Order: sequence, then C-alpha cells, then structure tokens
Amino acid sequence: MAEQSKSFTQQLLGFWVTFITMFKKVNTVQYPEVKEPTAERFHGRHQLNRYEDGLEKCIGCELCAWACPADAIYVEGETNTDTERFSPGERYGKVYQINYLRCVFCGLCIEACPTRALTMTNEYELADDDRAKLIYEKDDLLAPLRQGMISPPHPMYPDTNHLNYYRDEIKGSHSSQEPLEKP
Amino acid sequence: MTPEQAVVAVETVTAIIDGLEVTVPKGTLIIRAAEQLGVEIPRFCDHPLLAPAGACRQCLVDVEINGRAFPKPQASCTMPVENGMVVKTQLTSEVAAKAQAGIMEFLLINHPLDCPVCDKGGECPLQNQAMSAGRTETRFEGEKRTFEKPINISSQVLLDRERCVLCARCTRFSEEIAGDPFITLNERGALQQVGIYEDQPFESYYSGNTVQICPVGALTGASYRFRARPFDLVSINSACEHCASGCDLRTDMRRGKTLRRLAGDDPKVNQEWNCDKGRWAFKYLTSRERVSTPMIRGADGELHEASWPEAISAAAKGLVSKRTAVLVGGRATVEDAYGYSKFARVALGTNDIDFRARAHSEEESEFLAAVAIDLKTTYADIDTADQVVLLSFEPEEESPIVFLRIHRQVRRRGMSVSTDAPLASRGSKKLKAELITSLTQINGLTSNSVILVGERAAETQGALSAALELSESTGAKLAWIPRRAGERGALQAGAIGNLLPGGRPVSDSAARVDIQTAWGISNLPTVDGRSTSEILHGLGDGSLDAVVIGAVDPFDISADALNQLLNTFVVSLEISHSAITAIADVVLPVAAVVEKSGSFLDWQASARAFEKGVEDAQMRSDVRILSMLADELAAPINLPSVAATAREIESLGKWDGAKPTFAKRSASAALQGEMTLVSWRLLLDLGTLQMGEANLAGTAKHARAHISAGRAAQLGVTESDSVRITSELGSIELPVSIYAMADHLIWVPRNSENSQVIPSLGFTSGAVKVAKI
Repeated sequence: MAEQSKSFTQQLLGFWVTFITMFKKVNTVQYPEVKEPTAERFHGRHQLNRYEDGLEKCIGCELCAWACPADAIYVEGETNTDTERFSPGERYGKVYQINYLRCVFCGLCIEACPTRALTMTNEYELADDDRAKLIYEKDDLLAPLRQGMISPPHPMYPDTNHLNYYRDEIKGSHSSQEPLEKP
Repeated sequence: MTPEQAVVAVETVTAIIDGLEVTVPKGTLIIRAAEQLGVEIPRFCDHPLLAPAGACRQCLVDVEINGRAFPKPQASCTMPVENGMVVKTQLTSEVAAKAQAGIMEFLLINHPLDCPVCDKGGECPLQNQAMSAGRTETRFEGEKRTFEKPINISSQVLLDRERCVLCARCTRFSEEIAGDPFITLNERGALQQVGIYEDQPFESYYSGNTVQICPVGALTGASYRFRARPFDLVSINSACEHCASGCDLRTDMRRGKTLRRLAGDDPKVNQEWNCDKGRWAFKYLTSRERVSTPMIRGADGELHEASWPEAISAAAKGLVSKRTAVLVGGRATVEDAYGYSKFARVALGTNDIDFRARAHSEEESEFLAAVAIDLKTTYADIDTADQVVLLSFEPEEESPIVFLRIHRQVRRRGMSVSTDAPLASRGSKKLKAELITSLTQINGLTSNSVILVGERAAETQGALSAALELSESTGAKLAWIPRRAGERGALQAGAIGNLLPGGRPVSDSAARVDIQTAWGISNLPTVDGRSTSEILHGLGDGSLDAVVIGAVDPFDISADALNQLLNTFVVSLEISHSAITAIADVVLPVAAVVEKSGSFLDWQASARAFEKGVEDAQMRSDVRILSMLADELAAPINLPSVAATAREIESLGKWDGAKPTFAKRSASAALQGEMTLVSWRLLLDLGTLQMGEANLAGTAKHARAHISAGRAAQLGVTESDSVRITSELGSIELPVSIYAMADHLIWVPRNSENSQVIPSLGFTSGAVKVAKI
C-alpha cells in the first residue's frame, strides 16, 4: 500500500511537468498549415539559375555530377547553335537530372559549379509517392523567368560575348533577343 | 635470329638517372630511359612513335656528362643517353623542377580556362601536369591571347587555337605517319597557331589520330563534342569491324550507347593509330534503321513484328526440305561465320555457302582454298621488306593500316613500292610507288620482298595466278588482303563451298571424316558448293528454292542480284533494314559488334577477340540464332553461345593433310572497247556501316572520273567539265580529273556519291562509252 502511494505521488509529479509545460512557449508548429522559414543557408532543392536576359547559366560541364558523392546528378551537354542558343558560349546542358532519392544535400555540386548555375533553394518539401517523380528534370530545376527575362532559346545580348555574361555585365534582355513572331 | 638475340646484339650505353644506373640501347632518349626506371618526366610534345621535336620544353632535366654539367637544363625528349651521363630529373634536382614549373607557367599564360567546356577535361595531360607541376594561383594579370573558336579544320575535326600548346604532335603525325601534311604551324611567337592551307582542307583519312594525341583540347572531334566526361564512360576493348587491317580499338560507351572509339595500342598491328572510318563510323549501331524485333512477311506482303519462337518456326517451315543456300557476307565474326558454315552442312545438308559478297571467280575460290588459307605473311614482314608489290590493292583505300606500315618504311628507309594500279592515287604518290603495267617490269624482287594482293584480283582472270607465280619464282612473300573484316575469318571457318572449317578441303574424304567425327554426324555433302554468283543464278532459275542471308548488300555483287531473290524464300539475319530485308520472308535481328562478343581474323590470320559492351537480351549473335533455327529444323548444330563456338573452333584445329591443288590460269585477253572502266572503293564512301555519320562523310573524297590528258583532249573536256559514262545498263555523270594514265582507261570510285558503279553500270570493270556533257 505504501508503495502504491509513493507511485501516486510520482505520477502527480509527472503531471506537474505536463501542467507547467502548458504555460511555456510552444516549439512545435502546425506543419503543413504553418510553415516556418528555414535557416538562411539551409540545403534544399537545387535550382538552375539564369542570366538577367533569361539565358541559362548551366554549360553542361558535368562538374557537379563529378563532385557528387551520391552519383545523384546526370548531365548531358550539347552544342549551342546560332538558331538554338540556351546559354552564352558554346555549350549548354541539354539533359539535367537530379535524383532526390540519392541526393544527400551535401552541397559539393554547388561548390563545383564554375558558373554559379547551380545553387540550392530553401525548399525542403521533396516527398512524393512515386520514385520516378523524384528524379527532377531540367524543367523542374530551372529558375522561373523573372521580369525582363526571355525564355531561351534566343540569341545573346547584342554586341556581347560569353565573357560579358560571366562578368555579370548583362542587366536585362534586349528587344532583338525576342523570338520572332510566328506568322 | 629471335627478337631476344637481336636485342643482345645492339650496342648499349649506361647512364645514371636520379641516382639509379640504367643500361639502354644506344640512341635511346633520356625520357625513355627514365621511363624504364619508372621515373616519369612530364611532357607534351614527346610521342614514342613520332620524331623528337623538343617543342614544348616541359621535359627539362639537369644533365652532366663525365662530370661536366650543361649550363642550363636540357630537353630530355631530344637528347640521347650517353655513357657516363648523369641525369637529374625533377625528383632529384631543384633546378629541373623549377625549370619545369616555369615552363608550365608559361604554357598556362595563354591557355584559356576552358576546362569546364573542354572535351579533354578530366583526361587532359595539361590539366594533370598543371596539378603536379603548376602553381595554385596565376601571377599573370594581363589579357590572354584570344582567337576565334572553334574553327572547323575539317567537317570532323575542330580546332581551338587558344588551347594549343604548340607541341606539334598533330603536324608531325600528319607529315610523318599519315603523309598528309595538310596542317602546319603558322606565324611565330605568341601568335603561332595550327592552321590549314586555304585551298586544301584537312581531309586526311587519319585525321582522328591528331584528336587522340593532342595533349590538350585544341583538336576535338565533332561527333564526340560535349557528349560526355571520362567518368561517364565505360570502356571496352574491341576489334575494328570495318576492314581486314585488324585494328585494336577502345570503344567508350555511356549508358550502353557508343559515344566514341579510340585507337588501341597494339605494336604488332595498328601501333597506336587507326583510320577515321574505324574511329567515327559507328552511328549505324544506333541508327533508326536497326531491326529490333523478328519480323515475318504476312499474306499482305508486309513485314510484321513477331516473337522469336514464331519467327524461328516460320523460317524453319520455309526452309525445311528445300534446296537452300547460304550467303554469309564479309562482316561476320569468326564464330558467326563458323555458325553459318556448320548450319549449311548440318542443318541444310549443302556446301552451297559463300562469304564473298563482291566480285569473285572460280580461280579465286581455288586460290583461297589452296593458297590464301596458308599464307603467313605479317605486318612484320612489311617492316623488313626490301620491296613491296601491290597487286589489285590500293592500301590507303582498302586497308589503311597496311598503308601506314608501308608508308613508315618508305619514309624511314626509302623502301621501294610498285603497284599495278592504272593511275597514281594519292596513296600511291605518298608511297612513291612505281606504276607497272606488267609484272615483268618489277625488278630485283628478292625473297625478302612482299607481294600484297587485294580482293579485286578476282575481277581479272589470271591475276591471282600471276601473283602466285611471281611469288614462287622469286621467293617473295605473298599476302592476300581482303577489304572486309570478316572475310579472312570466314575462309578459316569454311564459309565457302570448297572448304570445311580449318581449311579442310571438301573434296578430301579424310577431311570430311575429321569434321563428321567432330560434329557427330554421319554424312557431309561431298560435292564442292556453289559460289555466290552461282547461288544467285540458281535462285533465279529455280535450281535453288531458298536462301539464308547474313549481312549482304546485293549491289556489292551485281545489279540484278536482288531480282534473282524475288521468287525464293529468303531468311535475312540483319542488323538494319536493307535491300535484302525489304524482300525477305523472315527477318531475324542480330547483334552488332558492341552487343556481342566474338573475334575477327585480320589479313595476317591473327585473331582479335572482343567482348560484349551492351547487355541486351533481345540482341543475339548470328551463331546463336542459327543454332535455334537448326534446332527447329531438327538438325541441331549445338552452338548455344559465342564462347561455345570459339571452343569448338579451337578444338577442331587446322587441317594438316593434303592441300587442294590450284590450277593456274593464264591472263585473259584485254577487254576490247573504246574505253575500259576501272574502279575501286574509296575508304569513305556510301558503305552500309558508314551510314548516318555526316561529319565523317564530309571528308570523303568527291567522286571524279579520272582520265588521261590525251583522252580529255580528244573528248574536249577540262577539269571543269563533266562526262557521262554509259554502259548497256545505264550511266553515271561525273566531273573530270586528269591523271597520267593510259588513254583507254577511265577510273571512277566504285561506291561513292553519284558514282555507284555496280547498280548504275552493271559491272566493276568493263567497256563503257564516255562522252562530254
């Protein structure tokens, strides 16, 4: 009997902790109704960036794939032509896939990227119900077109070359870069 | 004298490199001697098969002889080892290490930071050596020299002049090895650059080698450009399927798709080179024309996809108790050819089998069975020959590595070459070949000379007999060099009417018993089989009912070959849709070289085996399919795999009994006609295996009709005019080139754009009418 009463007081003690906690600041959030911002440098989904005129920064060099310790990135390069230009310079990434079933979000790919084409966003909602959907294609990874950007393929800004692009001297698109209106 | 004894006889010198004593043959370069010790001196311009140039200066080392030191570091790639020499490389000498670091810094001053977009990135000697000998930070603050980039120096080779380190490997290769000095170093100083002549593009058959030996990414191949990185690639050793030279190749694949092929290193055969066809003609592997599933021609006359069991059973139903022949084609591997050979004898009970999908003769059949099968001439014989005689053989067009080996000796020691070609082709000019019109014009043929006979000898009666006669009377070594990669192996496998596997004559009962025992059957057909043309006639006139055809292009044989197949039952084993599959009753898809293992025999009859690169359960080697078909015909040939076939061929061995005799023919009278057409195939032409590779086709020679100046004057044409060449069958029209040749001859390429001689004119050589248009 004495043991029972001891146990009862201990239980009360336990409920006391619960009771006190009710008046403390709450740490949990009601995800997914409430979404807290991540840390500024959180490693989330990748993004393939664009220059200010909309041309892609990716040159398809595969250095990201090379750096990847999980073999999660697949890239195929292709030659830009005068009629179909996706990036400044000679080469662009024709196929770009990141397999998020494999990615460990280490960020080595970002360090490897020579053109700052590949960066990471803070987006972390990468769950899905189908394995195939977790292989992100280039379309899924490309940064959205912002104000003033034209969707490639289109020519480079007039009177510039790839070096002007790499030096970040392109501040927007030019009317001559607009695709010709189809009759 | 064995090679080992030869080494002993060579004078040697002894020197000390990095404190280690090394003894090498006199004349060995320091850089090579250091390699023997395992000391790797960095280098760009040095290449063991090219003459020393000392162009890049990256291999500087400290040298002293008999206690006297050179005041400055010396290029180890140009200086031979001497007795009493003490060499200190970058490993033991600070001076050498500093000199090398300095050179690296100089080279990188003008080298662009292209590595991310450069094809060489990841397998680049400059990249690697910049890591080992270079600085981490550049001290150069000026503007780098820039050039417009890239420029197409041919349709298949791109030049990026900014990246060039001026090692001159490409220009030295082109001049020394290929004999095509179409690229050179222009300008001087910082502006020095590789360039091409304005009026002569870089259209060498060997241009791909310059891409492979470029130590930076200055020369890149158009078809591999931006396709992959070294770590993406799975490499397999392969044998070249394009000709009988027998090159060792490396095939690089990414996700099962062949992206590039490189010359392998076989000192006995191709050394480190190959031709552009072997390097770049592989698009047929992934062509849309590939047959992917078995097909059966239905009642509606169209081909319909079928399952393997359906197709095999349809083929067997069409072949059973029919008089059937087999045409193998010249592209089969040894194992596949053996499969066809055994299938014909065991499952079809006939000797009507022939691998020759080209002009041929009875004289040739006998020559192959009695003489060619035993010829033992090799590349090494060419290297040491006093003289080389080319009969019906144009090495640069028909066996490019044979050409390189002859050219090497012509350049090194002025070996004399004579050819019976009617005109001096570019290849003959490079070999400084003497043109002969009769074998009696050949002087001083010794027993140490080599006579190379091409497959076109079968087109002229008596040509093979005369070649054999010449060889017998002088003791000169004879070699038969077919054009296609599979022909020598098919001969060995008995894929011809008068031979069983291993060179056993059909007519010899002991040879038949040999094979009967090995195959466990009681009777083999005893009569020599028909040749390709006889088989086609037999199919046309109804004395044969059905035919099993491998990779055969009917227009390689004759203009009407296809017509003769129309009313027969045709089973086609093909990789791609072709003229044959268009009329075939059953089409069975077979594996191409990267999808199967196997081996090819080169013209020396030495085998090169290759492994499967792609796992594709749908794609089977010919021999496997023939085995399935034989099972269905209730006459099993028991060759379930390539490996099993290779073992069976091995266990059969070669025939050591009596040889069939070869009755020499006298030469036929020269054709009487106003003009006689002569032709041969160019290396790059409309060949089936070159389909779909536009960059390669861009460097093919343009078809031109070659006539003499006298005839041109008579016809009233100049090199800006064209002529129409007419036979009874049809005509072709070509622009004219004027050559030193006999007035009654006209030469055209046999299978080039606008010049497909067999389908257009009906023959490979014969009387034609020529008129100006």
